[in-house]
Amino acid sequence: MEQGAVKSASAGGLRRRRRLTAWLFMVPLIAVNVLVILGPSLATIYYSFTDWSGIGSAEFVGLENYTELLSDGDFWIAMWHNLIWTILFLTVPIAMGLLGAFLLSQITRFQIFFRIAYFIPYVVASVVNAAIWQNILDPSRGIGSALASVGIPFLNGVSFFGSQTLALPSVAFVNIWAWWGFIVLLFLTALQSVDYDLYEAARMDGAGRWQQFLNVTLPGIRPTFVFVVLLTIINSLLVFDYVYIITRGGPAGASEVVGTLMWKQAFERFEAGYAAAMGLGLSFVSGIIVLIFVFLRRRGWEV
Amino acid sequence: MPYYVILILLALYALGPLLVVVFNSLKSTAEIGRNPLGLPLSPVFQNFPDAWSQGDFSTTLVNSTILTVGTVVGVCIIAGTSAYAMARLNLPGTDAILLYLFVASAVPVQLFLVPLFFLWSNLQLTNTRIGLIVIYWAIFSPLATLLLRSYLVGLPRDFEDAARIDGASELQVLLRIVLPLSWPGLLTVALVSGLAAWNEFLFAITFIQDNNLKPVTTSFLAFQSNFSQDWGLTSAAAIYIILPIVVLFLLLQRRFISGLTAGGLKG
Repeated sequence: MEQGAVKSASAGGLRRRRRLTAWLFMVPLIAVNVLVILGPSLATIYYSFTDWSGIGSAEFVGLENYTELLSDGDFWIAMWHNLIWTILFLTVPIAMGLLGAFLLSQITRFQIFFRIAYFIPYVVASVVNAAIWQNILDPSRGIGSALASVGIPFLNGVSFFGSQTLALPSVAFVNIWAWWGFIVLLFLTALQSVDYDLYEAARMDGAGRWQQFLNVTLPGIRPTFVFVVLLTIINSLLVFDYVYIITRGGPAGASEVVGTLMWKQAFERFEAGYAAAMGLGLSFVSGIIVLIFVFLRRRGWEV
Repeated sequence: MPYYVILILLALYALGPLLVVVFNSLKSTAEIGRNPLGLPLSPVFQNFPDAWSQGDFSTTLVNSTILTVGTVVGVCIIAGTSAYAMARLNLPGTDAILLYLFVASAVPVQLFLVPLFFLWSNLQLTNTRIGLIVIYWAIFSPLATLLLRSYLVGLPRDFEDAARIDGASELQVLLRIVLPLSWPGLLTVALVSGLAAWNEFLFAITFIQDNNLKPVTTSFLAFQSNFSQDWGLTSAAAIYIILPIVVLFLLLQRRFISGLTAGGLKG
């Protein structure tokens, strides 16, 4: 890139040169993207039609993995757990996020303190958050025994993560604790952009706090609300970290989700072809959900 | 004010468990048995040196630092150059690339994880730090590029045009004019991708089994399963992992929050 050459180049040459520079600047992004995301994603499509252990050659088996998937009881149980997870995450953290954001928008003193406090669990590593709650919910050295020592024995010895019925909601509880503060901030950002005059007008019409919330706040933050719903559904479909870290899907599959089941198929049972089919199925479902949202937005649904 | 009562209860819910970690890191095993969650009545500091040596933090903190710094530098270069190309160099097909980046930043890991692992093991990139760093470059750079591009689009172009008229090359314009102006955008991208790299779990547990190369996160998981009942020791280890992040977060909380929420809203 000698300066003299640039100076003397014709306008067309300059434009061509800039275009070439532009593409050169794109090379690193395109290279790592093709290598890590695009190439392997396309390979997943191919391998999902094969019997492949991950090592050696893959044998083409047509739709066999998919027919197996449809009749795989473990897969449907895991899917069911993802659905329960989605319902929990669509209600609890969103309600808490709305509450927290609404209250924060009404105060001025200490607002920054509360914002930071709610957000800190979100920036702490999942392994640490998991360990914190494994400690607090420990059957012999946790909240159960602490309460028992002051005369409230009903939680004593309860194994939250070791019980068939409690494992899934307990893991979800830990993840919700780490996640809801993020929702608070998303909603708070949206709330702060709602026109203050609308509240004023609602008050003039005699609307109480709750009516103001329903008629001014909620419509005002609808785009963010819809986005949070989308984010929640996608994250719930793909959840892996907290389940893998705390229970590894156990006890006896009681907290298995598709993300952990697929990981085990690929890296513990070496059914890479089958895992590819599972991953593609999961991605397909999440893609459909995103497309539904895009479609609704195109239809002028203001989401 | 009833508002403050609820806000304080929510703050206790958010911070209480983190206080328990601090408390328990200062307790002996005997005291945790008697007093599992409360304030340490006879604080001891022995858990910290014990956790440091038994958790091999002198190795794993170095690994995590290399992973994080390597990720941040790479993402800033990759996203910086491509954002510049799209915002300033009239790259043909910018709209299509933007759409692709939106899709790439939302693609589920599950779509490419399995072939990627076996590709990496054929290339002998599993159990290497650079192998994991390249993955982080790829998965964090689409969003970083989108953020930086919208930042650059908002910057005035006058200085650049003046420099070009003076005969500066595009690389010189980028390094001497645009870079100094865009450091706030780069800092946001660096914080968001650095935090993600430091805390990342799924790729770290999949691609690195060698104990000498593990980052603090996956190494902590193994440490915890070895000492599962010793909450004093694991709490001290937990503090080594979260302290750098929490301190950095408190120092730069505004930028962290704006970056993370912008990332969330654009992803």
